[in-house]
Amino acid sequence: MLRGIAALLFFQLIGESLVFLTKLPVPGPVVALVLLFCALQLGRSMGRGPFPRIEGVAEALLANLGLLFVPAGVGIVSLWGVMRSEAGPIALVLVASAIITLAATVWTFIAARRYFDRKG
Amino acid sequence: MRSPVDLWVYLSTSPLIWLTLTLCTWIAASALSVRLKRHPLVNPVLTSIVVLSVLMTVFDIPYEKFFAGAQFVHFLLGPATVAIAVPLYRQWDEVKTVLAPIGVALLAGSLVAVASVMILGWLVGLPREMLISFLPKSATAGVAMAISSSLGGNPSLTAVLVILTGITGALIVTPMMNRMGIRDYAARGFAAGLTSHGIGTARAYEVDATAGLFAGIAMALNAIATSIIVPLVARLLLGA
Repeated sequence: MLRGIAALLFFQLIGESLVFLTKLPVPGPVVALVLLFCALQLGRSMGRGPFPRIEGVAEALLANLGLLFVPAGVGIVSLWGVMRSEAGPIALVLVASAIITLAATVWTFIAARRYFDRKG
Repeated sequence: MRSPVDLWVYLSTSPLIWLTLTLCTWIAASALSVRLKRHPLVNPVLTSIVVLSVLMTVFDIPYEKFFAGAQFVHFLLGPATVAIAVPLYRQWDEVKTVLAPIGVALLAGSLVAVASVMILGWLVGLPREMLISFLPKSATAGVAMAISSSLGGNPSLTAVLVILTGITGALIVTPMMNRMGIRDYAARGFAAGLTSHGIGTARAYEVDATAGLFAGIAMALNAIATSIIVPLVARLLLGA
């Protein structure tokens, strides 16, 4: 387990460092995600996989992903002063944008799948 | 013998009590959600945040004090983002076969997620800093906060908007898709993960395994797409 944690942190460290050095407009953890994905694929193509340590830790983290949002979510208490004056507009944008995004994504996915199935 | 008041004064200054409280609240909220057959309204993220917020307000605990303990959980958002590489790697063979629809839906969904906030926010007259903080709301919290702070937004506000977006999506996705008559669970999951990141993905896993898989993929890809699209839009339209 310890090695898995260390591996995730190590990749994040590399990602953050790369972003700092190159001023890439992408957050460090995202670069780390791509790097880890490439490393895992490379490992598999060289016949080294699976990687139970890192996969185990990743699964445990992702199984409780919701928990990780709780501390920042409670921040609504201290930000209420900032948000109160705009609460109505914020709620409107939040809900409308979620509905529009859900609909646009699901329709595009289904339409694109049909199109490529017919073509291929 | 010291009094209970002394104990309270002692405990409330240490991170231990707030970290323990956060974990215990989450465990209880998850158990409640399972008991009520995963009804969208008892979403464990929502329940936990409401319970803890009420406690903080009632006992007049400053957020900074609470966060001193809860930060150990919050820190894991970074490693958890990196960890998304694992399901992506594991399910790559399945993903590979629908790569083209995934790419098209990702581009469309990600653009709509950002553009809808831009247009609606402008229509209702949100202040500029709030609009910048709002734009990355469909990306997972760690990524969205990083984008927001690099553009001069307020990362704490972004975190709250990200979480509210996550909860909103998780609440409406199932009834909405049912009403739309959509039975393609890959498409439903992809939409949930793209719109509502980790909270939407957790919801998708509750409904269907295929939906969960595609939600996880959408969350990973939209973290990348959002971090490219939002800075472009913000620089172009808001001069950030």
